[in-house]
Amino acid sequence: MEQQLINYWPLVGIVIIIVGFLIRLNPVLVVTIAGVVAGLLANLPLYEVMQKLGSGFLNARNLALILLIPLAVIGLLERHGLREFAQQWIMKIERATVSRLLITYLFIREVTAAIGLTSLGGHAQMVRPLIAPMAEGTAIKHYGSLPDKIRDRILAMAAACDNVGLFFGEDIFVAFGAVIFMQGFLSGFGIHIAPLHIALWGIPTAICAFLIHCLRIIYMDRKLHSRLTQSGGE
Amino acid sequence: MYFKQEYLYFLAGISLLVVACYSWLDKHNPRRIATGAFWCFYGVIFLVGDWSEQLLNYFVQDLDQAKSITNFTVGVMVVIMALIAGLGGVRLGKYPTLSVKRRQLNAKKFGIKLFIPALMIPIGTVLGVLLFQNSALSHWFFGEGPHVSTLITLFSMTAGCILGLIIALKMTGDKLSQPFHESRRLLDSIGWAFILPQILATIGLLFNDAGVGRSITQLVTEYLNVDSRLIAVTIYAVGMALLTMVLGNAFASFPIMAAGVGIPILVNQLGGDPAVMAAIGMFSGYCGTLMTPMAANYNLVPAALLNLPDRYRVIKVQIPTALMVLAVNIILLYFFLFI
Repeated sequence: MEQQLINYWPLVGIVIIIVGFLIRLNPVLVVTIAGVVAGLLANLPLYEVMQKLGSGFLNARNLALILLIPLAVIGLLERHGLREFAQQWIMKIERATVSRLLITYLFIREVTAAIGLTSLGGHAQMVRPLIAPMAEGTAIKHYGSLPDKIRDRILAMAAACDNVGLFFGEDIFVAFGAVIFMQGFLSGFGIHIAPLHIALWGIPTAICAFLIHCLRIIYMDRKLHSRLTQSGGE
Repeated sequence: MYFKQEYLYFLAGISLLVVACYSWLDKHNPRRIATGAFWCFYGVIFLVGDWSEQLLNYFVQDLDQAKSITNFTVGVMVVIMALIAGLGGVRLGKYPTLSVKRRQLNAKKFGIKLFIPALMIPIGTVLGVLLFQNSALSHWFFGEGPHVSTLITLFSMTAGCILGLIIALKMTGDKLSQPFHESRRLLDSIGWAFILPQILATIGLLFNDAGVGRSITQLVTEYLNVDSRLIAVTIYAVGMALLTMVLGNAFASFPIMAAGVGIPILVNQLGGDPAVMAAIGMFSGYCGTLMTPMAANYNLVPAALLNLPDRYRVIKVQIPTALMVLAVNIILLYFFLFI
């Protein structure tokens, strides 16, 4: 009877999240409140909502583990100047430019992800200690000291390379979770296709994503060039 | 006796408890009690496992009851952590760092050798994965089950980190306590963003249990009636991106959009190829992932890791790429879906 009707009230949770993010409340607080509210509006008792919150959080510990474990060694190396050295080292390489460096990283990230080596990059292990300082270093080499805004943009672009490379690379790896997941989901609907078939149809997008992001990196580098060389760089 | 994922959690839990103690002792942190409590709760959550359930079971004499009490308690702790984080309770303190001059000198002294421990992490992970995957060794060491492939990756990464840490400590001659100070420095600088991915994953499950997905499927199938190919593929691709932005995960939105639009309209009604529908649909979802704060581990955590003052900076840089790739996806779908 009433159970048959779909309860639209839990969608309020999504509204809370969108509004909370838009008015820039603390995301952790917004998301937690949204989850609890959605659960309560779905007529789950508070005890059960807390229970689900707890078990979900316990089951998602891996997400934090891969961020947490590398911090000790990365931090220790940073203490002794890893980031400074990465910067100086890349500055000595004559041919290095911001765009060449970032495109190389994007390429390596995407190709290695495509053959299943998704753990070769990462924000805590590669971007913060190595790629970001190197990108900053090459920019400093060509343009002298950088205004904060431009520096931030270069660093953010380095992080973006990691994401774009990973996302559009891993999905064309046959044994990757997403491909198996889609195949399993479709077979639940009586549609049977080979995982390889799905992976192959990912290739056109993967190539386009690489090219598009490369063009954006080159465009950014050009803009840096025109902006920073006229205002008195080298 | 196999190697269990719990052992890695113990390592994380103990590190976090040490970090919590250092936070409490740090007089330069204006909120040291709250900051320490935050990391302490987090550490305790990592320590929870089979053993704590067994212990609780000894008192309540009912394993299901023990499990449910554990989950409830963790849930309450998560809410407390969210409150601490949300009200600005996780602050920076003072960390035993070297002077800029010393650091420059050390950078010169160690030089390229500084890269070696850092590169142990990716190299160790990859070697470990290649060594263990589908081998008798993995069978003997990790046992069997669907969790094993994840466990291999996590174990290999941890092994790479520990190996890198040993090399780094040997090289620099730092005390054994130094890595904990460094973890604390980085954890504090990431702050609340650190637990956001985990909370988001949890909320995704809660939304699912609350029937959010069902309501969206219902809305989509009820109000969208499309027979033009271009409009149908556009709705599907853009819908994947938008829904992923809301849910934060393309895996969560794919079943909804595929069941709501992909299978009934693109495949059954218009005769599209399901493999193309699936592959490009998922990629359209990834375009959404690049544009949403809900995918915190990819978008907000890196901004914190790079100390960017604008936490949405990475997203802003990614939006043009994401939109262009989304447009390409629509074109690809239009031309290849119906071959």
